[in-house]
Amino acid sequence: MYGIVKGLLQLPGRVLLKQPARWKLDTTNMYDKLKFEFTEQNLCRAKEMLTNYGEKEQRGALLPLLDLAQRQYGWLPITAIKAVADMLKVDHFEAFEVASFYTMFRMRPEGKFRLMVCTSTPCFLRGSDVVLNTCKEVLNLNENETSSDMQFTLRTVCCYGACANAPVLGVNDDIYEDLTVPAVEDILSCLKNDVIPPAGPRAGRFCSEPVSGPTTLLCPPTPPGYCMQELCKPKKKC
Amino acid sequence: MIRAPLVKALGALGSPTHQIASRAVRTSAVVAQTPAKAPEKIEVFVDDIPVKVLPGTTVLQAAAEIGVEIPRFCYHERLAIAGNCRMCLVEVEKSPKPVAACAMPVMKGWRIKTNSDLTRKAREGVMEFLLMNHPLDCPICDQGGECDLQDQAMAFGSDRSRFTDINYTGKRAVEDKDIGPLVKTVMTRCIHCTRCVRFASEVAGVDDLGTTGRGNDMQIGTYVEKLFLTELSGNVIDLCPVGALTNKPYSFVARPWEIRKVSSIDVLDAVGSNIVVSTRTNEVLRILPRENDDVNEEWLADKSRFACDGLKRQRLVAPMVRMPNGELQAVEWEGALIAVAKALKNAGGQIAGVAGQLADVEAMVALKDLVNRLGGENLVTEQDFIKGSGIDVRSSYLLNSSIAGLATTDAVLLVGTNPRYEAPLVNTRLRKAFMHNEMQLASIGPNIDLSYEHKNLGADASLIKDVCSGSHEFSKVLEGAKKPAIIIGADLLARPDGAAIHATISEYCQKLKKADWNPFNVLHNSASQVGAFDVGYQPGLQRMLQNQPKVLFLLNADSGKLTRDQLPKDCFVVYIGSHGDNGASIADAVLPGAAYTEKQGIYVNTEGRAQQTLPGVSPPGMAREDWKILRALSEIVGKPLAYDTLDELRSRLDDIAPHLTRLGELVPASNSEASPQTTPNKSISGGAIDVKLKELRDYFMTDAISRASPTMAKCISAVNKQQRQNEEAKQSAAI
Repeated sequence: MYGIVKGLLQLPGRVLLKQPARWKLDTTNMYDKLKFEFTEQNLCRAKEMLTNYGEKEQRGALLPLLDLAQRQYGWLPITAIKAVADMLKVDHFEAFEVASFYTMFRMRPEGKFRLMVCTSTPCFLRGSDVVLNTCKEVLNLNENETSSDMQFTLRTVCCYGACANAPVLGVNDDIYEDLTVPAVEDILSCLKNDVIPPAGPRAGRFCSEPVSGPTTLLCPPTPPGYCMQELCKPKKKC
Repeated sequence: MIRAPLVKALGALGSPTHQIASRAVRTSAVVAQTPAKAPEKIEVFVDDIPVKVLPGTTVLQAAAEIGVEIPRFCYHERLAIAGNCRMCLVEVEKSPKPVAACAMPVMKGWRIKTNSDLTRKAREGVMEFLLMNHPLDCPICDQGGECDLQDQAMAFGSDRSRFTDINYTGKRAVEDKDIGPLVKTVMTRCIHCTRCVRFASEVAGVDDLGTTGRGNDMQIGTYVEKLFLTELSGNVIDLCPVGALTNKPYSFVARPWEIRKVSSIDVLDAVGSNIVVSTRTNEVLRILPRENDDVNEEWLADKSRFACDGLKRQRLVAPMVRMPNGELQAVEWEGALIAVAKALKNAGGQIAGVAGQLADVEAMVALKDLVNRLGGENLVTEQDFIKGSGIDVRSSYLLNSSIAGLATTDAVLLVGTNPRYEAPLVNTRLRKAFMHNEMQLASIGPNIDLSYEHKNLGADASLIKDVCSGSHEFSKVLEGAKKPAIIIGADLLARPDGAAIHATISEYCQKLKKADWNPFNVLHNSASQVGAFDVGYQPGLQRMLQNQPKVLFLLNADSGKLTRDQLPKDCFVVYIGSHGDNGASIADAVLPGAAYTEKQGIYVNTEGRAQQTLPGVSPPGMAREDWKILRALSEIVGKPLAYDTLDELRSRLDDIAPHLTRLGELVPASNSEASPQTTPNKSISGGAIDVKLKELRDYFMTDAISRASPTMAKCISAVNKQQRQNEEAKQSAAI
């Protein structure tokens, strides 16, 4: 009997993921005093966006408007969330709930360039850890840190959907693919000089075609009816 | 504007037990209003038992029809369906995955298996996930013994745990929030059912609670560390299926199996909410709501719930007589009663009685009989009402549309009343009508926050005339409505032109009247008022003061409206009541009475429903039930009252007004009774209409019990603190 109990007690333990320190409710109070207003141009855009939604579905514009506000301000201060909520006549907290749910909304100020290294399986197999380490070394930053000059923020993300071009690094809205250590260093040195290098693969290929060059479709495709049996061909008029 | 999304309406309409099927189809207000041909019922099988339900019924409701209870955490009959706890997963034949019973409408011929292997495995799995992130602190948790998670873990969980924290990383832990002096939070225990969030936004009408973050970081909290301050906040304690939100004043006080429960009635407002009084060792520990769909559904206002600690403070525990040096001195019952009897004998019939807010019908009848026997006629209520013959007809002082009926209204006019704080549970009914019935509400009086949108017509009294003459634009809304209602505040009718206002509105209501619908409503704010009028008390202190009484009985009259200066110098004031408050301070003799948790007494609520309180504890010290004091006094004066027991007194009540003893029943004032059409000699004299309870801070202390309650004092200081902080934030923002 004791053996059974002991056996049960020795069920394989579940290794917990290392948890971050206690998650605190974002004390956004400190950002309560920032002024936020849509610029005139963005206000026009916002109104344009609102026309996509029916009169009763205005709240549907919450995500696009929050995004617009974030693009204008660089991040989302609580006052911006309030401004958007007021615009859509949504409760403040409801807008806050949405903003806090989506990871692409940033509720705290971050660097001008947000470096996001993909660390999911395909990228990892292709060396995303090396890419991440290069970023850390070059920028002297740790994960989830922002440089003191507010230029760079380093983050890890899970999958850009560009696995064919792994490893990849996202910088704000652009994705840099097929990275190697020199490529990363090159990108970072450009960014340091405020030059944004062209996005895309760094292995000299087009999009996600094979690295060794195309293996199919090497010549123009044949016209319809190619190789069809004689019998199936339309008969010549006699 | 969208008032309730369709999904929400599915869960929040109607009452739970007797309307399950009909509720399911009332997915929108339009459907609810125009009952089309009843749709054909479809047959499903729950555990192979056939059951016919209306289309749109959820799996959970269909199972409930035949008495199969599916475990749930997030689902609540009176709230919108969220479907996020997954505890109600059941197997449906030919469905590849288990379905969430609370949110899935049944289809024809479905075979639902609530006890299959798959169902049990699903439940076990959900329970395992919930418990993995739930602390094992049941021994120090206040919910222990009445915890849904505990019960369901026992019933549906696995019998062993796989949780082994070999790395000692600890479980997920969340910081506690300070959401006010009433609700204690232990957020680590939260299982994210979001019942509290839905209650706050749907029923209470404040969007203060919400969820932030996602996944493991999700938290329930208030927006920017605000307090959750509303007049209904205590209900989230009952709703919380775990110990995340618990009763702060009651924390670490008692276990549910130690306490005695007594079904009673709340008397701190005129709604007459049904309550359960939990007591132990002759002490009221807490008050919980009792379900009554006609009165309070299953909610309870904060004052009714939390003011019970006022029952232990400021109590009168011994009879007292004022000595020549002006001090009240405790004496024996004999001495006190003889002193009162002497005064009564010398009064020569100039005897008056004032019934206060908390007086029960029995005591009022006993007082009336005693005063009448001694030759007095002067019996009034402390709360004023219209002068003249306004209260001869019962329907002229009742909430004739009934509390439950207000949820079906489609146009309402509030005149000089703030139901949110005068009767919070009436306001939830109005809010329900607003959410699901497209009800339009306008108010005459100060611009107040009712927790839902309404139109403030202004505070000018002449607006009443405009509306009632049909010239105002809101008159058209009222006249076009299927179930209109006009609600008048009791305080408004105390004005000098109250009779004119009353007459104008009741005349207009004759016009709005439907066959089975009386739109004329008076919203009282004191629990004794309707009962007092029913047994023949007259409104207002003025009438009593005119007659220069030599002996004055104050029956729980504590509002402080009556001062010693208004009374003749030689007037002997006798106070009968439970608390040392305004009434006792001006009294020459104090006879300690019982509070509402200590006596069996009838109270009639604002809609005219007689209900009785039951004693949970015995009165402290030498205090006695009020009617017994009067009975004893009558013996000493030499004019004994004709009843010795409560039953005999009840049969006397039966003679006066038979509806008083038909407990729990709503005896509507007959609709055909014509309101007295005595043309008021005064016209509505103008002057701005005001309400007393404008803000939350005004709400907490309105009677002797809540004034003695330390919890209510804490609430007021919390509200004040929050306001100061808001003002400071505003100021610094301006800089």
